[in-house]
This record gives sequence, structure tokens and C-alpha cells, in this order.
Amino acid sequence: MNIEYIRSQFPQLSEKVYGKQLVYLDNAATIQRPQSVIDKWVELSSKMNSNLHRAVHKIAADATEEYETTRDAVKEFLGAKHREEIIFTSGATASLNLVAHCFSEAFVHEGDEIIIAESEHHSDIVPWQMECEKRGATIKVLPVDEDGLLMVDKLPEILSERTKILCVAQISNVLGIVNPVKEIVSICHSRGCYVLVDGAQGVVHENVNVQDLDCDFYAFSGHKMYAAPGTGVLYGKKELLEQMPPFLGGGEMIGTVTWKKTTYAPLPQKYEAGTQNMAGTPTLKPAIEMIKLLRSEEMLKYQNDVRDYLLRELQNDPRIRLFGVPRGTVEKIALFSFAVEGVHHEDLALILDKMGIAVRSGQMCAEPLMDRFGVTGMLRASFAPYNTMEEAEYFIKSLHRAINMLV
Amino acid sequence: MTLKERQEEIIDEFSMYEEWLDKYEYLIELGKNLEAFPQDKKTDDRLIKGCQSRVWLDYELKDGALYFTADSDAIITKGIISLLISVYSGRTPQEIAADDFAFLNEIGLKENLSPTRANGLVSMIETIKSAAVINS
Ligand SMILES: Cc1ncc(COP(=O)(O)O)c(C=O)c1O
Repeated sequence: MNIEYIRSQFPQLSEKVYGKQLVYLDNAATIQRPQSVIDKWVELSSKMNSNLHRAVHKIAADATEEYETTRDAVKEFLGAKHREEIIFTSGATASLNLVAHCFSEAFVHEGDEIIIAESEHHSDIVPWQMECEKRGATIKVLPVDEDGLLMVDKLPEILSERTKILCVAQISNVLGIVNPVKEIVSICHSRGCYVLVDGAQGVVHENVNVQDLDCDFYAFSGHKMYAAPGTGVLYGKKELLEQMPPFLGGGEMIGTVTWKKTTYAPLPQKYEAGTQNMAGTPTLKPAIEMIKLLRSEEMLKYQNDVRDYLLRELQNDPRIRLFGVPRGTVEKIALFSFAVEGVHHEDLALILDKMGIAVRSGQMCAEPLMDRFGVTGMLRASFAPYNTMEEAEYFIKSLHRAINMLV
Repeated sequence: MTLKERQEEIIDEFSMYEEWLDKYEYLIELGKNLEAFPQDKKTDDRLIKGCQSRVWLDYELKDGALYFTADSDAIITKGIISLLISVYSGRTPQEIAADDFAFLNEIGLKENLSPTRANGLVSMIETIKSAAVINS
């Protein structure tokens, strides 16, 4: 499999900006979409646009078939036990809010505690703050150390008999460190605490098996894993989802509706109220195929070479402070957030932009983590498997040029 | 020099730069030379907080004219601030209120100033405008 062939599958990558070849290094925000995903999207929109589950006519049946086989594909991909453990949502944010609300409704009472990792994205913090405020529960923080590694050794003392759930990203969108989720789950379960894993970044980079991880929930967005925007998944253990109340009320999520009493549909429909994203969700199928394709041994070796090169270059530059530094056997993906001594991240991002390089700057939806490291923001370059070594070298060269303009 | 003349002058200056990076070099230079903003004036009520850079802005009305001082933690933003100050500081509120700020588009800074950029500059311009309106 050659990288040029892979790149040719992604129309956006051949675009130019300001007359320069686009170098897209903001993949952690949204990853580019392959033609197979775009084709599926068009096919659904032009050949079988109709509402799901509700009609007996042909195109509704075809659309429903596409949608439900996607559930099977996601179940296989995540290694889930039951297909009804796969809930389609509009994205990671929706999945995380669903858990925060419905889990809390069922299990969180006044005086209870929730643990959230210090490196979490706002969408894994704010929904829990909203619930805790309503219910008189409190949030405790699982800290990261100076290198950005979670201080898992502190977990046993942070856990108490009042802790109901721990929320952690498999990979933080700022630090790029692969967190020891399996170990965290095992510690939490031994203390009667559930675990929600935010897989928004992890699902693209790691081989996920939810039964092996034994996490209770796993959430992610389609647009960060090559699928259409407005798609997403929540995996939840069946026995837990069954104990939780519905989230949104409406069509499709009901058993029977009367003025006296309404009953709810079984999983997964219980959590899929209203008309679903019928053109978008089935793009998860070609997206999963793309993930698999990019995980061949040859491709992984190339990705690791790119990552190692970047890590070396950034770590060896005394002007650069890298956040999320791997240590020992800890893995880091090719996602690099850093600050440059005496230089503002916005200036760097503006200059790189004019060189054709798309990077992210700012707080990256993780303000508590910015505070932890005492910065107002960072610059982030996040690479995808389709980014080349030449792009990595161009990025480093351009970064040096930008820094020299600014200091 | 009238407000319009000063704007024309800036447009001329920028037209010399074909490359974007040269424009940025120029703005960085301006930013570095911006008159220092007193540290004790960097208070929250003068802070315009954006997702990216922060901007502090202060003004006073003296002898019928508005005088602006400002600062930012980002140097390109500081350069743009310096441009704005050189255009608007010392003008009457009526003059500023009547201006459309269109010269910024002509020098290609429109995208840096679009509201979606979520930086403090957009709010800075709003503050200059409203200072002019309040004091007219
Ligand atoms: C780790 C993490 N969690 C959650 C989210 C939220 O994803 P979305 O905005 O697609 O709902 C993101 C996206 O930036 C993320 O990186």
C-alpha cells in the first residue's frame, strides 16, 4: 500500500490554500474524508433518502438496512458483545451528555463523587458539572504529572465508596498520550466505580476492544474517524443502559404511548429518539474500512517513523516546551501540543497558515489543562496516517522560520 | 493628515508587499515598536478576552479628541493595534463614528478580523466604535 495512493483517496488533501499546497495538520479537530465515505453519503442521499424503521416501502427498507448493518459493523469494530449496546448519536459531545445525564439520573445522588481526568476535553467535564450542580454531587480530579501522564498511582486514594464513575479519554486531544485505560478500569471496578472512556481521539489510533478494556461506556465522533459530521457512537454495557432512563423523548423510542402511561422501546431505539442521521451514520462503514486499511504493518511503520522524527525534532529544540512527553513504555500518537518561549501561539498559527499549514492554536477545549501547565494556550499539530514524512519535514522547517520571524 | 489620508497611506504601504509573510514581517515590526502599555493598566475591565490572543484597551477624551492605548500578548495582533491607533488616535469622536473601517479589508486583514476568528481584535474595533458613539 503506498501513501500516494492513500492520499489520492482524500480529495481535500490535494487542495491549495493561498496558492500553496495545503498541509493539513489539524486532524484531531476533524480528519479528512475519503472518497468512499463521500460516495456512501451521496448514495444514501440520492438513492435511498427516506425515514428509517417507519415505512414498508422499498427505499425505506434499503435505508434501514444500511443503518442497521452499520450497527453490526460498529459492534464488530469495537468488539462489543451485543449489537444493541451500540447507540448512534450526533457525535462524542452528544454521547457524553447522554451518559452524564442518564447515568446520573439513575445512579448519582447527593454527596456522591465523580472523578474526571485533568486532561479531559470540555465536553467530558461540563455535562458532569451540570449534573453535579443539580444533584449536589462533587467532582474530583485525577491529575496529570509534568509530562502529561495520568497519575494513576493516586487513583486508589481519590476513589471513595461514594465514587460512582470515572471519566477519562483514551487519548487526550491535547497531550496525545495513550492512557492506561485498562488498568484504570480494573482499579475502578475493584472499588465499585464505573468507567466512561472518551474515545474521540483513541478510536482512530488504537485497536479498541471494549470487552477487553472492560469499560462501561465508550464514546466517539464520526468526523474524527473519516465518517460524516453529525455522526457518533455511544457504546454502553447492556445491563447499565437498561437501568438508565431514556434521554430524549419522541418518535421511535417508545413502546406504547397513552395519556396515562408511556412505555419505552428496548435498546438501542430507547436512545435513538426522532429521525436519525440516515445519510451520515452509514458512512461509518467505509470509515471503519479506511481505519483498517491504514493499520497495515507497512502503514503503521511509516506512521511511527513520522511520529518519531517529529518527537525528536520538537524535543531537541530548547525553545520548545512540549506537553505530553512519553516516558518508559508509554505510547504517544503523532499529536504535538507545545509552547514556544516568548512567542504567542496565535502568531505562530497565523504565519504557518500563510505557509499553507493548518494547525490549531488556543485552549483546545481543555482550559483546566491549560491552567495546569500555566499557559493561555498552545499550538497543536496533529498528524493523520495519510500525512507524509515530507509534510513533517516541511512543518518543522516552517516552524523554525516562523519562530525566527517572531523572536 | 486627515483620517482618510492616513488610511490611504497605509493601503499604499501594504501594496508594496506581495507576499503574505512580508506583510506579517511588517506587522511584527510595528508590534514590537508599539508604545508600552502600563502594566498596572492591564486590568480585567480593560481586557478583551478572545479564545486566542488577549487585548487590553484604554482610551481618554482630551480636548475633544479620543486617544487610544492598547496592548496584546500576541505580536501580530499588536501590529494591527498599532495600525489602528495610528489611524484613529487623536481623531474626534464624530470622525471615527462616521468611518466604515473598510481600509482594513483593502490591506487584506479582513480575515484576521472576522468575528469567527474569535480574537480580541474584533472586540477592539467594536470598542473603538462605541467609544466614538458614546462621546459624539
Ligand atoms: C477528546 C475529545 N473528546 C470530545 C470531543 C468532542 O467531539 P465533538 O465535538 O465531535 O462532539 C473532542 C473533539 O474535539 C475530543 O478531542
